[in-house]
Amino acid sequence: MMIDPLVLMFALGVAARLARSDLRFPEPVYEALSIYLLLAIGLKGGVELSHQSLDQVALPAAVAVFAGFALPFVLFPILRAAVGLSRADAASVAAHYGSVSVVTFAIATAYLQQRGIPAESFMPVLLALMEAPGIIAGVMLARSSGTAGTPVFREVAANKGIVLLAGGIMIGYIVGAEGYGSLKPVFSDLFRGLLALYLLELGLVVGGRFPDLRRAGTPLVVFALVIPLVTGAVGVGLGTWVLDLSAGGATLFGVLLASASYIAAPAAMRMAVPEANPALGISAALAVTFPFNVFINVPLLTWLGGML
Amino acid sequence: MSVSTHRRCQLTIIAEYVLEEKLIALVGRLGAHGYTLHEVRGGSFAADGERRREGAGETDRTIEMKVICERATAESVAQQVLEQFSDNFSVRVLLAEVEVFRPGMY
Repeated sequence: MMIDPLVLMFALGVAARLARSDLRFPEPVYEALSIYLLLAIGLKGGVELSHQSLDQVALPAAVAVFAGFALPFVLFPILRAAVGLSRADAASVAAHYGSVSVVTFAIATAYLQQRGIPAESFMPVLLALMEAPGIIAGVMLARSSGTAGTPVFREVAANKGIVLLAGGIMIGYIVGAEGYGSLKPVFSDLFRGLLALYLLELGLVVGGRFPDLRRAGTPLVVFALVIPLVTGAVGVGLGTWVLDLSAGGATLFGVLLASASYIAAPAAMRMAVPEANPALGISAALAVTFPFNVFINVPLLTWLGGML
Repeated sequence: MSVSTHRRCQLTIIAEYVLEEKLIALVGRLGAHGYTLHEVRGGSFAADGERRREGAGETDRTIEMKVICERATAESVAQQVLEQFSDNFSVRVLLAEVEVFRPGMY
């Protein structure tokens, strides 16, 4: 079996950080790469969407929004009782897991493409729709538990991840394949190479998060490993039996439910629930769930999607 | 020919990046004439281990904001920053006396 170079780039970043290498990306490069990836995924999703009827997307979109919103309410009591977090910390971590990881989605898409497994072209639309509901649910959980919070709904809606994904989808949808042709050399042909660079940097960041993980404690690490297995399997099942998606589409829906946000959710929850420890959510999402999904869960969910 | 100087205060706020917009709004509301701002990196050596803020992701970024103003303005900004943010955010506030050449700007 060929090992995906994207996965190896990520592993190199983690190894370099653990070896205390001085390798690091300048912040503007990291920022620019994340803008590029979000916009590229959005544009391609929009172009694909322009080929088909919006009616086909309505049910998957509604289920995706509902699933993203409901997930934190399911996870919150688990985080309180089994992981032993405070109400604020539990609400914050639940929001991370209700929202989604764009890069995990990109890796899963590349994984499927490499194996010739097609997926519905509207999946990036579901990705964009699932960014915000989990964060809003987390804010509601924090507020219902009496913790202070500032109004964040505008910040969530204006978050760069949502602006770039949703904006990219809209532009792609408006211009269609013909209009996208002139952008293709940058946003399609270079995509895998730039994703590889981003993953190298992400590996460096993850390697630096391991000390935070030790402080977070074993129960949270177990949560971050077990929950993606369960939510991923539920997602594949929902995708197959309720949404009638193809094997590839159901796999991606499982990946969306299994992934946890480490870009939009940490920033939004930092402002919405300032008394929550920000290291918990981002460490669990980035240092445990993200590599677990990349190395184990994406292949596992692909297998499950094929079986169902 | 000697140039006359005037005493003002320089307030330095080192804080989490997510507070940037709130800090800008606050210093404007409390009467400062302007500010400078840039990103910094840093860390601390606590009993339970070293912590670094290296700018990896939005919640890991740190800003340093400098405001030169009258002492009363600097004190009221410092008080508000500490009251509003120091319980839950990484915030450091420093005050120093400086001499300026054009007092009308501060």
